[in-house]
Amino acid sequence: MSDELTQRVLKTIATSKRIPIEQVTIESELQQLGIDSMDAVEILFALENEFDISIPDEEVRNVRNIRQMAEGVEKLVAAKAAGSPAGQ
Amino acid sequence: MRRVAITGMGAICALGRNVREVAASLCQGRPGIGLIESADCSQLRFQNGAEVRGYHHQPYFEDRRADFLDRFAQFAVIAAREAVAYAGVEWTPELRERAAIITGSCVGGQSTEDVGFHEVYKLGHNRVHPLTIPKTMANAGASHISMEFGITGPSYTISTACSSAAHAIGQAYWMIRGGSTDLAITGGSEAPFSFGILKAWEAMRVVSPETCRPFSRDRRGMILGEGAAMFVLEPLEAARARGAAVHAEIVGFGMSADANHITQPSAEGAARAMRAALRDAAIAPEQIGYVNAHGTATPANDVTEAAAIRAVFGAHTDRLAVSSTKSMHGHALGASAALECLATALALRDGVLPPTANFTELDPECDLDVIPNQARPAEVEYALSNSFAFGGLNAVLALRNAWAGRR
Repeated sequence: MSDELTQRVLKTIATSKRIPIEQVTIESELQQLGIDSMDAVEILFALENEFDISIPDEEVRNVRNIRQMAEGVEKLVAAKAAGSPAGQ
Repeated sequence: MRRVAITGMGAICALGRNVREVAASLCQGRPGIGLIESADCSQLRFQNGAEVRGYHHQPYFEDRRADFLDRFAQFAVIAAREAVAYAGVEWTPELRERAAIITGSCVGGQSTEDVGFHEVYKLGHNRVHPLTIPKTMANAGASHISMEFGITGPSYTISTACSSAAHAIGQAYWMIRGGSTDLAITGGSEAPFSFGILKAWEAMRVVSPETCRPFSRDRRGMILGEGAAMFVLEPLEAARARGAAVHAEIVGFGMSADANHITQPSAEGAARAMRAALRDAAIAPEQIGYVNAHGTATPANDVTEAAAIRAVFGAHTDRLAVSSTKSMHGHALGASAALECLATALALRDGVLPPTANFTELDPECDLDVIPNQARPAEVEYALSNSFAFGGLNAVLALRNAWAGRR
């Protein structure tokens, strides 16, 4: 995963939930950051806007931590770059 | 305090255009869920809904009158007409002046508003239709019912998201019970199939991409629905004295607030509402034979509701039949509780408990007898109808079989 993408994901999460950026790391668990299911839905919305991607519901059902979010975003960004409809 | 009878019932929803059709669908466990027709879903992550398919305002309303009513208000009037006809209400000037109307709606005429906003924001027009405000307001259903029948008594609308109609019916029940009115028309109506509203639901990620499977292990969320159910409530003694058919009694109403989270449900809040309804009805948990669950089929609701039911009913839970009719009529938001109160009243009256349709395999975290897929003949004396809204505002109605001890 590129550092730049990771940093953008962390910043988007921190900004959208008003969490101090230094608390949000790639190793963080959502629960540990006090992020509940509605917060997670808001974060997905922010990530969709930031990266201009559409995150399907099936992809997010079992997301529990920041790494899973970043990996999911990376996959969808790559799909978009490749011109696949998955990234639209 | 007076006993309260349901003497009239009316409905229009995905399961039928009147109570007889809705009852038949419920008994057959036949869902009204299919591809959404009244909005373009090509840009949505879900395509299915529980619509009143092929609905047109005729033959219900002349074009000129229909211009003034959003679809949700049309449904309200259609259901109220059936309920009043069913009850055989004989209007007198005094009754019209005393009768109450209490309706529930969550989004009101937002579909009309959506059209107007599309005009100004997207199409760049400089004006919206002048009836946008009177068609959008959530009380339009109650207002048009009052005009339909010339009812001039206390009339208002309650908006508590998915509990709206239960709060409305509960208030009407208390008004009749306490003697402040002798006839009430109450229920709920909703028509949320508009692109902007559907987009907002999509963003919450709670709508199923396939169907609604309450309490199933593989449930994937709710299915939106639309429609209305309305009731005529009267004092039981007066109803019997005038020879009216009594479909069921309402015997209790309980409310609570979770004071917890704007969308996450709380088992404790749900349990407190059920206990409040039982206390209001002065009955023990063991007297309840059927619960019409809130049962949205979201991962969170069903587990929380099952825990709440177990907390209230204890060991009796294992002898309690519970079903979610949202599996058939969808989640009609502010009309849901009215459709479910209707399903509960029909279950008591006809001796057939409606099933949880689309059921596959029990989620061990929802360990209830959910009447899977097939309706069940059963004589039940008391039943509850649960409604737990976003925002944590809960309302539970307790109903009694009008034939208990009489047949």
